Amino acid sequence: MATFKDFRNKVKPNWCPGCGDFSVLAAMQRAFANVGLEPEEVAIVSGIGCSGRISGYVNAYGLHGVHGRALPIAQGLKLANRDLTVVASGGDGDGFAIGMGHTVHAIRRNVDVTYVVMDNQIYGLTKGQTSPRSAQGFQTKSTPQGSIEQAISPLELALSLNAGFVAQSFSSDLKQLTHVIEEGLKHKGFSLINVYSPCVTYNKINTYEWFKQNIVNLDTLEGYDNANRAQAMQTLMEHDGLVTGILYQNKERPPYEAMIKGFKEEGLAKQDLNISEEQFDRLMAEFA
Amino acid sequence: MIKQLSWKVGGQQGEGIDSAGEILSTALNRQGYHLYAYRHFSSRIKGGHSNTKLRMSTDPIGSIADDLDILVAFDQETIDLNAHELIKNGVILADEKFDPTLPEGITAHLLAVPFTKIAEEVGMAQMKNMVAVGASTALLGLPLAAFREVIEGRFLKKGQKVVDKNMEAIERGRDYVKELTIDDLPDFELAVSDGQKRLYMIGNDAIAFGAVAAGARLMAAYPITPSSEIMEYLIRKLPEFGGTVVQTEDELAAITMTIGANYGGVRALTASAGPGLSLMTEAIGLAGMTETPCVIVDTQRGGPSTGLPTKQEQSDVLSMLYSTHGEIPKIVIAPSSAEECFYDTIEAFNMAEKYQCPVIILTDLAVSLGKQTVDPLSYDRVQIDRGKLLPFDADLPQLGDSELFPRYELTEDGISRRTLPGTKNGIHHVTGVEHSETGRPSESAENRINMMDKRLGKLSQDIGYTNPVAVDAPHEEADLLVIGFNSTKGTIAEARERLELDGLKVNQAHVRQLMPFPTDLLAEQMKNAKKVLVVENNATGQLTSLIKMNVGMAEKIEFYGKYDGNPFYPAEITNACKELLVHGNI
Repeated sequence: MATFKDFRNKVKPNWCPGCGDFSVLAAMQRAFANVGLEPEEVAIVSGIGCSGRISGYVNAYGLHGVHGRALPIAQGLKLANRDLTVVASGGDGDGFAIGMGHTVHAIRRNVDVTYVVMDNQIYGLTKGQTSPRSAQGFQTKSTPQGSIEQAISPLELALSLNAGFVAQSFSSDLKQLTHVIEEGLKHKGFSLINVYSPCVTYNKINTYEWFKQNIVNLDTLEGYDNANRAQAMQTLMEHDGLVTGILYQNKERPPYEAMIKGFKEEGLAKQDLNISEEQFDRLMAEFA
Repeated sequence: MIKQLSWKVGGQQGEGIDSAGEILSTALNRQGYHLYAYRHFSSRIKGGHSNTKLRMSTDPIGSIADDLDILVAFDQETIDLNAHELIKNGVILADEKFDPTLPEGITAHLLAVPFTKIAEEVGMAQMKNMVAVGASTALLGLPLAAFREVIEGRFLKKGQKVVDKNMEAIERGRDYVKELTIDDLPDFELAVSDGQKRLYMIGNDAIAFGAVAAGARLMAAYPITPSSEIMEYLIRKLPEFGGTVVQTEDELAAITMTIGANYGGVRALTASAGPGLSLMTEAIGLAGMTETPCVIVDTQRGGPSTGLPTKQEQSDVLSMLYSTHGEIPKIVIAPSSAEECFYDTIEAFNMAEKYQCPVIILTDLAVSLGKQTVDPLSYDRVQIDRGKLLPFDADLPQLGDSELFPRYELTEDGISRRTLPGTKNGIHHVTGVEHSETGRPSESAENRINMMDKRLGKLSQDIGYTNPVAVDAPHEEADLLVIGFNSTKGTIAEARERLELDGLKVNQAHVRQLMPFPTDLLAEQMKNAKKVLVVENNATGQLTSLIKMNVGMAEKIEFYGKYDGNPFYPAEITNACKELLVHGNI
């Protein structure tokens, strides 16, 4: 059986020292091993940006695509081969700006893909512009007077769309982060995991320290029931979205693949491409 | 008895015009006639003038006719808009209900037939289109029996009574016209056909059927005219073969989902028209860069922007060849008939996997939606070739620590072995960033050159595609070579027949492979002609530019374009050729 070391490769990430993404990478590698996966059974599809490089840092199949389209690529891959464990990953710009349309529809569609967003509330690779997760008033290169747009609340959005699995974690809490990813991998259907992954170079506001002071671990909230969507929404609003843990899970909602008529358990890519002459003739006869 | 005839039915969209055309043409097809139909419609659901022009013949045909013999009109607008196409003593069969009148200067026979009244008497006003079919039958001399099977196929699920009522409507329409006495009525009775069994299909159906036969099992697409029939067919058929269609949120998702699925090992496709293809261009570059096979259909319509969404045009050529940023290997093929659409789609999937690159099947609205008779398709011609794809259970050498499978290994032909996610010891990286043989990002100049040369070197003019240029060149030395692509093949051929009768020597070369450009094959044909006329449904001469750029001989090339939203008529091309040969220009 594979251990987390089997999911490592020797590629040195091009992330800045102290970047939150290192923990996400480590947690992912641990989570894969913990749920009993082998490297060839995993495919990571990532977007563009600092975080998008993650697919190259895991010893598994990986596709680093175009900006904002990790989710449709990942869904296409999962539909092609249900036997694979498919993870999509990228930054807040990738998922909530250029790719927001796909995020919303991936939630609606519910293909069994685990989506890990590395949310640093800023654009890092382009050297420090505002992100849709930047708070109003946040000063960046592109918003020297402070952002006048409101930030997106991805978890509230996901809940409003009746997502089957909504979680949030923080790079400093490797144990919780690993656990949350494991549960996301095990969840049948789309899972959204937003990870506060601080940018130590360009975001001087939402720092490790800032998060430590502001986030609330859901485990510490007495009587919190993550099967209760209304409570999840209320809790998010009460804490301005700054909670960690599995916020909501609906284990009853079947994944998209299970709802497709005639869709086999065995991966589509493993099935025979040929049609029989009898099938061919029958299809042709419809045009006679 | 006549050998060919042109018939048109028109009215407000949603009035049953399509089904009148469908029923008559299906019956004619089963009788063994050759057919070619073109629908004129608007981008709306109900209302607005719509018509179907159907040409029927005892011989193969590949074009709409210049003129019209019979016009069936459900409203005055149909007469006003179309009567000018009628031959001098053609016939208008019009519903008596709207008091039809003949526009000034039109000499055709106007026969007012109580379509609606008869339909109401039979039981339902909607059946007026069946009465009209019957009325047409009286002129064409078709036996009623030709319709029974067609009507049963269409309505039996609604009950025998519905079948009988429809048959009655046809019969009464026929009888009404038969009893009229009309002087100077031309002979519209169709000569006996060869009785051969043929198919009657639109190009989009042929592409979709071809995709099933080629083993495509996943489609991701966003609805758009004139491509939606492809996804609609596959939505109906793929579940039977274990596959599915995903209607995506947009074309960005459609193409990237298609790429993801192909990366996963399924033969997947997407289809759209110009606006959708414009959105897909970045991702097509990803497929080229990552050497991921994928098949994309572009059904051209009037552009730019929303343009003329339901009208004929061929103006996406340069965009399909060159719109992606950077330089990638890409194949663009252009079938010219429904039959070619079927076989070419199978070839497209094979070439996509053989060359590990995107393949664009370029059609135009007339190919995609024009309905035509097709000889029975051959099961034996369906061959699946997956190139250098390795099976899931491939016995690969154990990878060492941190070692990756050389997915982009430099090889003689530039094509590397491909492992699919899930394959043991096949792990590699895939990225749109320039990469090394294992797929890892690399910016080294040496690697860059090697990889660019590898990717671009995969394709040459001869990619093994059937008939890159369809040549019909009976003359060793021709006065004129006419070049076109997509739906104009039959129209050009018909124009040539007329020119030959005038003693002109005209050859034809129809371009089916647009990228890589078949320079040598075209040059060979062009050097044997005094003049070259390139016929295109666009305003700027896109294929003309490609020929000048690749082949040269610019001094003898002329462009003849049409961009009013309508397909060419044979007479237009005939006249353009004559102008060019007589006056030296057009």
